[in-house]
Parts: sequence; structure tokens; C-alpha cells
Amino acid sequence: MALEMTGTNASKIAAALLEARRQAGSPSMGMVMTLVVVTDEGDHYDSLRAARAVSREHPSRILGVIRRSGRGAANLDAEIKIGDGGSGEQVLLRMTGELTKHPESVVLPLLLPDSPVVVWWPGKAPDDPARDALGALAQRRITDMAAISRGRAHALLQQALNYEPGNTDLTWTRLTPWRALLAAALDQYPAKVTGGEVAAEGSNPSADLLAAWLCDRLGVDIERTRSKGPGITSVRLATGGGDIEISRPDGVLARFSIPNAPERPVALKRRLTAELLAEDMRRLDPDDIYADTVKRLCRLAGRRPPNIEETLSTKQDPPQSRRTPRDTAKTGKPAKIAAKTAGPRKSATKAAKKGTKKTGTPTAAHSRTRTSTTKKAARKSTRKSTR
Amino acid sequence: MTSPGTVVPDPNPLRDDQDRRLPQIAGPCGMVIFGVTGDLSRKKLMPAIYDLANRGLLPPGFSLVGFARRDWAHQDFASIVHDAVKEYARTEYRDEVWNQLAEGFRFVPGDFADDVAFDQLRTTIEDLDRERGTAGNHAFYLSVPPKFFPDVIGQLKEHGLADGQHGSWRRVVVEKPFGHDLKSAQELNAIVSQVFAPESVFRIDHYLGKETVQNILALRFANQLFEPVWNSHYVDHVQITMAEDIGIGGRAGYYDGIGAARDVIQNHLLQLMALIAMEEPTSFDAHNLRTEKQKILRSVKLPDDLDLHTSRGQYVAGWAGGEKVKGFTDEDDIPKSSTTETFAAIALEIDTRRWAGVPFYLRHGKRLGRRVTEVAVVFKRAPHLPFTQTATEELGHNALVIRVQPDEGVTVRFGSKVPGTAMELRDVNMDFAYGGAFVESSPEAYERLILDVLLGEPPLFPQHEEVELSWRILDPILEHWESVGKKPDPYSAGTWGPTSADEMLARQGRNWRRP
Repeated sequence: MALEMTGTNASKIAAALLEARRQAGSPSMGMVMTLVVVTDEGDHYDSLRAARAVSREHPSRILGVIRRSGRGAANLDAEIKIGDGGSGEQVLLRMTGELTKHPESVVLPLLLPDSPVVVWWPGKAPDDPARDALGALAQRRITDMAAISRGRAHALLQQALNYEPGNTDLTWTRLTPWRALLAAALDQYPAKVTGGEVAAEGSNPSADLLAAWLCDRLGVDIERTRSKGPGITSVRLATGGGDIEISRPDGVLARFSIPNAPERPVALKRRLTAELLAEDMRRLDPDDIYADTVKRLCRLAGRRPPNIEETLSTKQDPPQSRRTPRDTAKTGKPAKIAAKTAGPRKSATKAAKKGTKKTGTPTAAHSRTRTSTTKKAARKSTRKSTR
Repeated sequence: MTSPGTVVPDPNPLRDDQDRRLPQIAGPCGMVIFGVTGDLSRKKLMPAIYDLANRGLLPPGFSLVGFARRDWAHQDFASIVHDAVKEYARTEYRDEVWNQLAEGFRFVPGDFADDVAFDQLRTTIEDLDRERGTAGNHAFYLSVPPKFFPDVIGQLKEHGLADGQHGSWRRVVVEKPFGHDLKSAQELNAIVSQVFAPESVFRIDHYLGKETVQNILALRFANQLFEPVWNSHYVDHVQITMAEDIGIGGRAGYYDGIGAARDVIQNHLLQLMALIAMEEPTSFDAHNLRTEKQKILRSVKLPDDLDLHTSRGQYVAGWAGGEKVKGFTDEDDIPKSSTTETFAAIALEIDTRRWAGVPFYLRHGKRLGRRVTEVAVVFKRAPHLPFTQTATEELGHNALVIRVQPDEGVTVRFGSKVPGTAMELRDVNMDFAYGGAFVESSPEAYERLILDVLLGEPPLFPQHEEVELSWRILDPILEHWESVGKKPDPYSAGTWGPTSADEMLARQGRNWRRP
């Protein structure tokens, strides 16, 4: 079923979704989460198609958000699609005018009650997803630094510096088969690794992450060398008994070799976006290994890593409570949880400021936006609770 | 490799409990399939192995050896697997995955009595260890009728194939049926256990693929909502149904003389019952889970009058799902006089405090209304209904239904008011479906089972104690049926079984759910 609505608002869209479910004869909802896809006119077809494919594994309400020109009158158009190769509902929201600055006002009322929210930026993503108005609504924020055309390495570092629990990047997800194979190699040949090398095409953020991960886990220097690609072409780990090497010159079939064993072929395909997304959505708790890896990435780049240790302590709280002070104000349980959420944030800001003194980097700007968003959120919450 | 088995493995620095993205990949190993030309092997095993490779879950260098009485070369075998994979694999066909796998295919022609063939098998395996680095780890999959088990297992022992060298492992996988009564099950076990240690024997019960079992465990033990009512105070009875819409197809030779009770109730249904009824295990490891299941199987009590509380049927020709189908005795290779049952229903009680007085009804049949496996926990009616008699006329029992297949999920059935001015109550369903994941991309039962065999994780495979306990439950019923010597009650194909099954429940004031 497909339905187009122009000049509409969130409550009309919600009503239309309910009506559509009733008409389908099965008003119950099997959807388990909301997936917000922040996309644009050029890309929404592909990214929503990937999202629909994922919804077969994770039945979800998919909200596509397109922010069009900020000029002109504020307007919201919506395209509703139900069925059609996915399981769940899909709404494509087109925003124009001043509304483009407040997309969360449309998305918030359309979130499924009491279930997780994932925000995915298939293309360009905010430098600090957790402080983004839409990102702040989510438990899981998925970016893809390989999707941007220029300055990927820098963009990845930026994401790493602004890491917050719940952030992940598809460049990390792409590594899972490589990491699995490397772990299997060390299962088969448990030797002390003394050094290593990751070879990939010039701008490949996944390769940078892989090198950082290996360096972090193995405690040795990992050389990052350039090759012609495609993607990552080989990983070599040096041990006393010889090299462990996985090489994939053609992007499809890899050769797997460990000391004292015959070389073997392994299919190591580059996966589709939908598969990557499905993997990411399988677990919605913070990815601690990714956190360690981005910290290492920052250190390798000579930058101060994000202060994750303290923010990690919020992990014990249910995801909703750590999201924003807004929620706590709404539920009227201010003191204890608010203090907890505020605690690490304050110190994170402090740490970031300290960091800026040394390096004089964009973190400074971020720490400022951070406080301002928090304030804004607090203001909003008071407004809401008085209503 | 510097004898990998003797190395005491340090914890792998690349692995971390927190790193839940990393799949467990089995160590270097290979698999030998006996009876590689069979249906099961072509339709299930080979596709499952390909799917595992496609998902990147097989170790590099995984090798597959086929053993059968065919005059094939390695390439012939590879082309058979290729066709099977193309036709039945659930994941996309990719050349590079195929090539990776195909390099490790070998075929050994021969008979189970043929010493030369088993010698050749050993050489083949040793070659694979050298060429493909399978490191001496091999699983033997016995996809052959049980009557060949003694031969095959004896040969494996005789040719030194059953013992791993230098800490490598050898495992054996057997399919159901695990015997046809207690005595034969014990004999079978004696043969297998002479050669393989209990932890190296994997009894495959594909209906108990991990997903189903884990879903039941999750539903029962991860929730606060259900456990308080999971006992005889609230539960009226439990119905466990496994229905098939197909007939016996090409399995005539196996099926005749075996029948529905031995084929399905003894293994699948009793296992499902144990999972539904057992107490909370102290942990989900193999030992604790098994202990709890065994306690349930040990406390099963048979009804006093087996005539009144069991039912057996045999389908006769009829219309099933819009097609005209043959009766059981008209099927090819089934004698006209066959008294094998194609439908069996039994009532059991579990003598524990939790379940005292709650009957468990188990039924299975071929050529029933539709293909479905489910467990329905049917609750007692509310002790007092503050409504008029007419308002509650249509109100039945509350029920919690665990749908195992084909539409995996959970249904809760409860009463609700019918919209309108009059107060009238009716039963409604609340459904939960586990996404499309179960048909699309999550591993199929055989994939998980094979992976567990390669990883050496036996928690969900029944061990011989469970098999024997199950036979102890079923044997008296089978003996009773035999001693009465009655022909099974006929039921028309495409219906829900013989009337005797309905009467069996009606006597206790209950009726079967239409699943």
C-alpha cells in the first residue's frame, strides 16, 4: 500500500499509519524498533531499499528524513509505504523551510512506543552524531565514513574524537569478516604476534580501524601501507614462526596462510549495505570493542581520545534514561538519574576543553555545542512538563 | 602447524567476550558423509555446508569427503554437490565461495564392508590434513539407515579412523531414529560408545535446532510474566502437535513398521515436552540443561488405561489441500495389510509438584490438515466470571501457543469484549512473529547443528540417557498397541486425524486445538 500526503503533520501521519494497519485487517504491530534514515533526494531510493531489506530481519518502522531547501515556508510532505518487500511500515518525510531545522519535531511523535530507536546516516553525517537533534533520540547512531567522497580519514577521526556509547560506523561493521578470520588464524596458530601490516587503498577508513584494532588488541605496532585496492588487500601478522597472512587482491577471494600449514582460499566478499546494517542492528548496546578501537585510533593520530571511561558508567542505566535530561524531567524522576547523566557529560566537556588547550582542535567548538544542546533540551523539557 | 593440539591455547588476544560481532569459526576440520547419495544429504547437508561457507563460518580449508557405493571420481562428486547447492541452498550462489569449498571435495567409492575403501578413506583424510590443513579433525556423518551403523562404526575403529592423534578430535554424527525400542537403542549405543566417547557422539534432532530451543528457554526464563502461571494451579493441559500435510513420500521402506510414534513422538515431541515442563536449569550449559530434561522424562507417568488415552490412525485416500491423494496402504512399497500407524496421539502426566494432574497431549500425523508444529499451553478458565451466561458463551480457555514452525512465533489467546452495546466476550489472538529472519537469513537448523558439531558444542543434542528414557516412556504404549493387534483407525487424508483422537480428549472434557 502506498499513500502520499502533502502539507501534513506528524499526527496526521500517525493516524494514516493506524488506518492503513486496520485496513490490512491486522491491526497488531510486530515491529520491534524504529529506524530513522537521514538521507537526501539523490540517495533515498537505495538507502530505504536497504532499510526495507533489513526490516525483514528486524521488523521496524522506517522513517526516511529528507531535509530540502531551508528557504520558503515550512512544509512537510510524507510518502507512506506498507508491505512491498519489507516487514513493517515506511514513511518518507520531506521537510522544507524552517522545518528543516527541527526534523526531530516530526520524528519524535512517530517513534514506536517503548522500543529502541536507530538513526542511520547513509551519506554525510553530523560530526557529533550524539549531539545531533535526531541522533539524540536514538540508542544507536550509525554513520558511514566510507560513503563520503573526500577526506574520509579525517572524517573518521572526527567521529572517533566525538565517540559516545551507541555510536558505530559501517566502516567498522565492514571489518567483521576480516576480524573473524584473523581471530580464527590466531585460534589455529596461537603465537605471539610481534608486528604487522595492513595494506589497503589510500583512503580506506576501514583499514585504519583494522590497524587500530590490531594494535589495540595485540599491543604491537601495525604498519598501514597503501596498495591499489580494492578495499583492504592484505593483512600480515608477524610471529616468531613466520607470518600469518590473509591477502585479497581482487576483493572477492582471499588466500589464508599461517605458518606450517598449506595456503587455503577463503571467500571474503565485500558485503551489501543491507547486510552491514542488519549486523549493526542485531545488538543495540554500546559496542565496547569499537570504543576501544576508536580510542586507539585517536591516540595513533596523536589526539586525545574521547573520555569514554566515564561515559561508559552510564551503560548500566536503561538507554532511555541516559539519553537526555529531557526524559528524566518528563517522567518526574529528576534527582538521581539526572545527576548520573549530567556527571559524565560535564566531565567529558571539561576533558574536551583540556584537550583543546593542547591541540586547539574542533573539539572546542563541540564542547560548546554540547552545552548548548543540553541547555536547549533542558529548556524544552521545562516547557513540556509545565504544559 | 606445530602440532596444534598439544599447544595449551593462550587466550586469543583478538577475541573478547564483549566482541559479539565476531562469529565463532570452527577450528581446522573436515567432514565425512556416509550415504552421500541420499535425499537428506543432497537436500539438507550439502546446502547447509555451502550456506555456512557463504556466511564465513567454516574454517579455511574445510574439506568434505563423500563415501558411497558409486563409481565416481572427485569431480563427479563435486558436480553432484554443485547441483544440490544450486537447487537447495538458501543463500545466494557465489562462485568464489563454491571454489573455496570445491577445492576440499573428495570422494571415496566403496561398500561399508569394503576394507580397501576404508583404507582409501584413511589415506584421503591424511592427504587432506597435509594439503588442506584439516589438522586431523574430522566429523563422520552417518546419513545411513541404522542397520549399517555397526558396519560403519566397526570399520572406522578397525582402520584407526575413530581416534584423533595429537589432541585432534574425531566426532560421529547420527541421525534419528536412535533405535526402534529401548533394547535396540541400548544396542546401538553400545556399538557407538565402544568406539566413541559420549561427548564425541552427536545425535541430530533437526526439529530441535537451536533457534527453537533457545526461543523456548528465552520465553520461559527471561520473562517474569509467564513463570508464575506455569504450573498446575493455572495450566489446564498442554497440547504438543506436530502435523505434516505430506504423506510418507519416498520413505516407504523406512516408514513401514516404524510408524508415527517411533518416528516423531519418541524424539521430537518428548524433547519439546521436556523443554516446556522442566524446571529452570542452574545454567544453560549442556550438563545442567540435560539434567533438568532428564528429570522430567523420568517423572513421566503413563495413563492407566492405554486404550482410552492413546489413539493411532492411518490415512486413507482423500482430498488434501485441493489434491486427490492416495491412502497409506496404496502408497508404493507399502503392503496392503500394513498396520503401521501414520497418526499417533498419547496422553502423559508428569509426576511433579508443578505438573500434578496436568495432562500433556502429544500428537503427530502425516497427511493432516496443514504442516504445523506448535506447543499450546492451555490455561484453566477463570474461577469466577461476573458476567451473564450468555455473555461468556463464546469464551474459551486462555492459551499461550509457541509456534515452532512454519511461522515461528508466539500467540496469546485471551477473551475480549466484542465491540457494540451488548456485553459479549469472545476469544482473540495476540500474535508475535520472529520477523522474516527465520525464512530469510538466519541459519537453518542443519546449519546450526553442523556448526555445533564442528565447534564441539553439544548442549542441545540429546545424549543416550535421554534417548533411553524416551524409549522407556514409549515402549509400554507400543507393546500395548501390538498386543491388542487392532488395525489403526482410518482417517481421511487432509483431516485432523481419526475420531478416536477426538474421543480421547472428549472423555476428559477437552478438545484438540485446530492448529
